[in-house]
Parts: sequence; C-alpha cells; structure tokens
Amino acid sequence: MNPVRIIFKRELSSFFNTPVAWVFLVIFLFLAGFTTFQIGNFYDANQASLQVFFNFHIWLYLLLMPAIAMRTWAEERNTGSIELLLTLPITLWQAVLGKFLAAWAFAGIALIGTFPIWFTVSFLGDPDHGVIIAGYLGSWLLAGAFLAVSGCMSAITKSQVVAFVLSVVVCLMLILLGFPAALDFFQAFLPQALVDAIASLSLFSHYQSMMKGVIDLRDLIYYGLLGGLFLYATSLIIEIKKGN
Amino acid sequence: MIETKNLTKSYGGIRAVDDLSFRVEPGQVLGFLGPNGAGKSTSMKMIAGFLTPTLGSVNVCGFDTEAQPLEAKRVVGYLPEGAPAYGEMTPLSFLRFVGEIRGLSTALLKKRIDEIVGQLHLENVLDQPIEQLSKGFKRRVGIAQAIIHDPRVLIMDEPTDGLDPNQKQEVRDLISGMSKDKIIVVSTHILEEVESVCNRAIIIARGKLLADATPAELAMRSRYYQAVTIRSDQPELLRDALHGVAGVAEVEIDARDQSVTALPKKGQTIFAAIGEMIRARGLSIRDMALERGRLDEVFRTITQGGRS
Repeated sequence: MNPVRIIFKRELSSFFNTPVAWVFLVIFLFLAGFTTFQIGNFYDANQASLQVFFNFHIWLYLLLMPAIAMRTWAEERNTGSIELLLTLPITLWQAVLGKFLAAWAFAGIALIGTFPIWFTVSFLGDPDHGVIIAGYLGSWLLAGAFLAVSGCMSAITKSQVVAFVLSVVVCLMLILLGFPAALDFFQAFLPQALVDAIASLSLFSHYQSMMKGVIDLRDLIYYGLLGGLFLYATSLIIEIKKGN
Repeated sequence: MIETKNLTKSYGGIRAVDDLSFRVEPGQVLGFLGPNGAGKSTSMKMIAGFLTPTLGSVNVCGFDTEAQPLEAKRVVGYLPEGAPAYGEMTPLSFLRFVGEIRGLSTALLKKRIDEIVGQLHLENVLDQPIEQLSKGFKRRVGIAQAIIHDPRVLIMDEPTDGLDPNQKQEVRDLISGMSKDKIIVVSTHILEEVESVCNRAIIIARGKLLADATPAELAMRSRYYQAVTIRSDQPELLRDALHGVAGVAEVEIDARDQSVTALPKKGQTIFAAIGEMIRARGLSIRDMALERGRLDEVFRTITQGGRS
C-alpha cells in the first residue's frame, strides 16, 4: 500500500480515537445550524437556497480548521514521535501529504454531516442543486486551504496553543486581504495593478464566487496553488526545525 | 555494515558531534557511552536518518543516508530516546501501522506480530491505548516497532532507561539473542550494561570520539586492573603489610566497607605475591578478589579529559 494512504488511514482513525474529533463535529454542526437559522434568519429570507448557510462557513472555519490542524505536527514534535515517523522508509512529503489529506477528509465528513439542511431546503422549496453542489465544493476547498495554512503553522511550534493562535491570525489575514478596508489601505501607496493582485490573493473573493455557484478554473487553480505552497512550506519548516 | 566518515553536526556554531569516524560490522553489539549531552543521541539520529549531518556521511549496509535515504531507512530499526509512540493507538494498531509502512505483507506482518508479542510479553496490553501503559510496557512497544521488520541494523537509544532490574535484564537478553547476524548499536550510561551486552564500546564526550575498544580492553586501562581487594577485620594492619609487597603501587581503604585494595604498578601482577605474603605472615582475611578493572573509573578518567 502507498505510504500516503497508510499515513492517511492512521491519522484519520486517530482523529476518531480522541474525543476532540467528536467534540469538533458536534460544535461544527451546532454552529452551522445556529448561524444559518438564528443569525442568518434562514426562514425569513424565504429563499430556496443555501446561500446564508455557506456565508457563515468562512467564519466557522477560521476557528475550527486551526483547531483540527493544530496538533498535526506540534504534537509529533512535542512527544518525539516525529523521530519515529521520519525514520520510517517514507519521504517527508508523503508524511505531509498524508496528514493533510486526513485532516481534509475529516473536514469533508463534517460537511457531509450538514446534508440534512440540503434535504430541508429541497423539501421546502425547489433549490438549484447545481449551485448547492458548487457551494459544498467551494466550502470544502476553503476548508482545505485553511487546513494547509494551519498545518504549516503547526510545524513551526511544539505548542498546540501557539499553533492555533498563529493559524487563526494567518487565516484571518488571508480573508481580510479582500476586504475594502484593507484594499483602501494598500491603495494609498501601491499602484492599482498591485492592489488588484493583492485582492485576488484573498480567500474571501475566491470563496464568494463559488458560493454563488460559479466553478471557475481560476478559483480551482488558486486553491491548488495556495494549498501546494503551504504544504511545501510545511515540509521546509519541518526539515529545518525537526532537530530542535 | 555501518560506516560513519567525519560525521559532524553543528547547532548554531556548537559542534554536538565532532568528526566522528567508525565502522561497525555484523555480529557486533556496539555500546555508545558518554555523559549526558555528549552527542550520543545526535549521532544515533544521524545514523537512523532523522537528522542530516552538517559534514561527513553515514553509510548503512551500502546505502548513504543522504543519497539513498529510503533504502538506508529500510534496513534500519530505530528506537528513539524515550520510546515515543502515538499514545492514542493500541500496541496492536501501532505495530500494524509501522509494519505496513515498512512494506510487510499481511501474512508476514501477522506472523511477526505474533512472534514479537511473545518475545516482549505484550499479550495482555495489546488492546490498551499506549498512553495508558506503564513505562516498561511503553519501552517494549518501542522495541517491538524497531524490530518488526527484522532489520539488519538495530539502533536503540537508551533501551533500558527507566526500566526495573528484571525488565532491564529481559531487554539485555533480547538484545543478546538478536546479536548474531545483526549490527546493534545501543547507547547507555549504565556501564554494567556495556559489559553484559556489548562486545565493543565507543566513548564520546563533547562530540568527540575518545575511546573505541572492547569492554575488557577498556577495563584494562583502569588503575584497578589486576588490583587485589581484600576484606579483613584489621584493615590498617593489612594496609601496612601490603605496602611491603613488591609491585604494589598504592593501597586504598574503602571508607564504606573497610575493604583494602592494593593497586599494582603499571603492567605488574601482584595477586600471587600478596597471597604468599598473607600466608607467610599468617594474617586473617575474610576474602580476597582479583579485580578486572573498573569501567566507571575508566569512563570518568576518559570523559573528564584526564589521562586515558
């Protein structure tokens, strides 16, 4: 069996062997429902779409994805099991990839747990299922981007708490880059072309378009590059810091 | 075969391992000795392929750990210091994980797990989370994962640290039992362990190789090699008498048990002469023993930079 698969399997089952995973699932499902129905006034909107539901995901993920990924490498280094993992006949890249895919799959399982809301909206109205599928795909890709960033932050430190805080900060910056306030700030001293470039780096703008049901190749490439970049950075950081 | 050439590891200008060159052949059990912080663990981490040398190279069974890391890692079994493991896993799932990654077929893995579980007496803890196990069991799980693929090279960083005397003996027996066709490197700071398990010892301090010999040869460097220790009810009288024997350099009285030790001049044997003297003078003694040399004294002399 491919080493990536074996590591994936171990990591995923280790999620479910700790209470953290179950706590996470409950919190996520509760918050996904709470934000949609209470804050987002799902019923009052009177629309057969999941727009409101997906709107909140970016903010839920901002806290929950770092929580999933914070132990990825911090714990390995803290307990010393990283020494064991990296003296097995696998490449560092296989370990990084296997761990990331496991976290991402776990996020996917959490998303599947929200399907009842899809059934609800289908029962009450006649939603555009294509848009909903694109929304789920966009949401999952967003989760992957956050997990890649958070996994990278987890490689920096032995402390899971520090990893969590760093991840939230970096993810928040990646979101806020696309907000008018941030862009106005850059506009003051950067040419428009650069400001546009910065805006296009924001997770927020790429998420927005997918939520509306548009699957744009450029968005997919963006997620691919962002994820690849942070996974590569993760492997570099581990290579440098593993001896400490 | 393990061969290190000018192996060096620096951390921010400090050389944790400094120009270490040695070669280990199959059948050898090499003891890595040194004070804490001497560079034992760092050296082992480089041999196991966890750390990259700053300078120099490691070759394991023909594979350079930097040029062919996967091939090198395949032939090595490694027990890191403190026997880390994934605490939430059970020994059984942990051993399966390591075995799968090491490419063992399902049938072979099952057979190996059965063998190792029996060897290390893990039967009763197979389904408990590792984090709930006692230190002794955790250590044995660590050893189990290191030997699951029956490696040609086995590297163990303080395999008996923190175990009780019975467990220590079991691990030593296990190491001795495996040593015939393997290369085994163990680090330890328990000197008796070197004598009972290893057929070769390397002493390092401040990253440098200071001695490389068999435990018996090391013991011969001791001031106490060929010394004679006598217990008697009249230690002072005995001491004065021993001073008169030809070949005796010094006589010491142990403050704790009042035993008297006569140290020979370099290269001389004094056992027979002392025996004759005692008989001739009619001194009463309780027992008399010839010393093989004290490793702890050699270790101290070598690592504290005195004469070796």
